[in-house]
Amino acid sequence: MKILVPVKRVVDHNVKIRVKADGSGVDLSNAKMSMNPFDEIAVEQAIRMKEAGDASEVIVVSVGPAQAQDVLRTALAMGADRAILVEAEGRVEPLAVAKILQCVAQTEEAGLVVLGKQAIDDDCNQTGQMLAALLGWSQATFASRIELAGGRALVTREIDGGLQRIEVTLPAVVTADLRLNEPRYASLPNIMKAKKKPLVQQTAGELGVDIAPRLTVVRVEEPASRATGIKVASVAELVDRLRTEAAVI
Amino acid sequence: MAILLFADHDNASLSEHSARALGAALQIGAEVDILIAGQGAAAAAAAASTLQGVRRVLLAEGDALAERLAEPTAALIVSLAGKYDTILAPATSSGKNVLPRVAALLDAMQVSDVIEIVAPDTFKRPIYAGNAVEVVQAGGPLRILTIRGASFAPAAGGGAAPVTAIDAPAVPALSAFRENLLSASDRPELSSARIVVSGGRALGSKDRFDAVINPLADKLGAAVGASRAAVDAGYAANDLQVGQTGKVVAPDLYIACGISGAIQHLAGMKDSRIIVAINTDGEAPIFQVADYGIVGDIFDVVPELERAL
Ligand SMILES: Cc1cc2nc3c(=O)[nH]c(=O)nc-3n(C[C@H](O)[C@H](O)[C@H](O)COP(=O)(O)OP(=O)(O)OC[C@H]3O[C@@H](n4cnc5c(N)ncnc54)[C@H](O)[C@@H]3O)c2cc1C
Ligand SMILES: Nc1ncnc2c1ncn2[C@@H]1O[C@H](COP(=O)(O)O)[C@@H](O)[C@H]1O
Repeated sequence: MKILVPVKRVVDHNVKIRVKADGSGVDLSNAKMSMNPFDEIAVEQAIRMKEAGDASEVIVVSVGPAQAQDVLRTALAMGADRAILVEAEGRVEPLAVAKILQCVAQTEEAGLVVLGKQAIDDDCNQTGQMLAALLGWSQATFASRIELAGGRALVTREIDGGLQRIEVTLPAVVTADLRLNEPRYASLPNIMKAKKKPLVQQTAGELGVDIAPRLTVVRVEEPASRATGIKVASVAELVDRLRTEAAVI
Repeated sequence: MAILLFADHDNASLSEHSARALGAALQIGAEVDILIAGQGAAAAAAAASTLQGVRRVLLAEGDALAERLAEPTAALIVSLAGKYDTILAPATSSGKNVLPRVAALLDAMQVSDVIEIVAPDTFKRPIYAGNAVEVVQAGGPLRILTIRGASFAPAAGGGAAPVTAIDAPAVPALSAFRENLLSASDRPELSSARIVVSGGRALGSKDRFDAVINPLADKLGAAVGASRAAVDAGYAANDLQVGQTGKVVAPDLYIACGISGAIQHLAGMKDSRIIVAINTDGEAPIFQVADYGIVGDIFDVVPELERAL
């Protein structure tokens, strides 16, 4: 079984982004870019499944600018077998990404697609669910554990009230939550080896997918800021201020 | 045209997020139907029918819908979609699971985590862990939205909308429910509590988390929250995580104990009315959003605070 793992190049999770003064977007010039953290977890999961003998090949795919090769190389260095870059400039919405991934999953005859549950730039939390819909496959979102057995996957999901276990038929789409695993670091020898692994490039146009955005971003604003608070000297002062000034207790 | 609200519930009762999503829906239009998909869910439907502003409650029942698995639930919503120009759900784990599937089946984009209705087709939503807010316009015939509960007041009770039973389309069973492992707690629910006491990595163990955080929460009648570091380390259950990828809370009072204030944590609590931070490091970023900060050791300060209340 082939496992497909979509990985997105996003601003590094340690970077605090700035909103552009003209409200046209966020300023990412010179910001450090990395693989979306949830996608690292997805890659790790796929590699572990291959190591366990449950998968024959791990293919990573990214939709984005030419620089997205970097995150694909990182995934290859972690242990993925080959990579596909679908070049697309500008804002590509989850629906369009899902349509591109649908083409790739079908061409590659993937038996399982593991995505991150959420991209930390757009915070959409949509692509996996949309891909499952387009493929007509089962879906298991927010996975914290995946066990494969007899053409099915038993998935533990993180839900609002705790955990839920569901069983899905394969092929399936699974999205990774934070506690699925701890991704490995790529070793230097593996980073060198990854440079020789196959990475093919395509364009969204070649796949025949229309990626024109459906939503119009009218503007991007600074979030409401909080007034600067104070440091209090003692617990007694805190209690007093919570009672009288803030009136919350 | 009309609005369909896919409600969050557990068959027996309606979650407060559904009432909050209704509050948002009524800002978009006046004809709002609530869909209760479940099994043995008459009680949840009855609760929905008492919310003010609801036109009708649609009750679809079946074994496959008991836990609102994504595939049959999405098929059900798609079968109803023709009568609506807006389909929305609270941004709970159920809404987030099902609605994007619906959107793709209807070839529409979803606007996730709406925090403000600017116009019936224009919405505000946070991006980059809440470090920016995007104003998006959704043209086209259909809008699909998930609503962030913390940003909307719940619709009032006192209504009496009719409940109509509807059929769900038969679809092949691609997935099966096995079990729920839900955390039992007598405390208020985290995402709607008036006061939240949260603990971070500094607690050091589950025993110490319980011994330090719980008495203060009990004294205040508060819900307990946690940082990702505390959850990952097993000090607190996963459903207590507050943040970009956990729960988003906006209580009257949020007390952060031994939490540094990483942007991903702030994303889940910075809209709280009053924030208190207790941390040994006076430079910790949590103090930048705190109304009241105490530089001190949680193992001294938190028990002292509990005694002083
Ligand atoms: C993709 C992604 C998603 C994430 N999502 C979330 C999320 O949803 N929620 C979330 O919380 N995090 C999230 N994180 C993690 C986040 O970046 C931080 O790592 C995490 O919030 C840190 O938790 P903490 O503040 O408990 O631990 P730390 O950052 O280690 O802070 C511990 C604090 O305790 C203080 N301290 C130590 N001892 C004491 C003492 N005795 N008394 C008082 N203070 C003390 C220290 O000064 C320090 O400030 C996410 C990260 C990523 C990459
Ligand atoms: N441009 C992209 N290229 C590859 N994978 C993507 C892309 N956008 C989203 N994904 C995948 O979809 C997941 C969820 O993204 P989102 O729906 O945008 O929050 C991510 O964690 C990735 O696994």
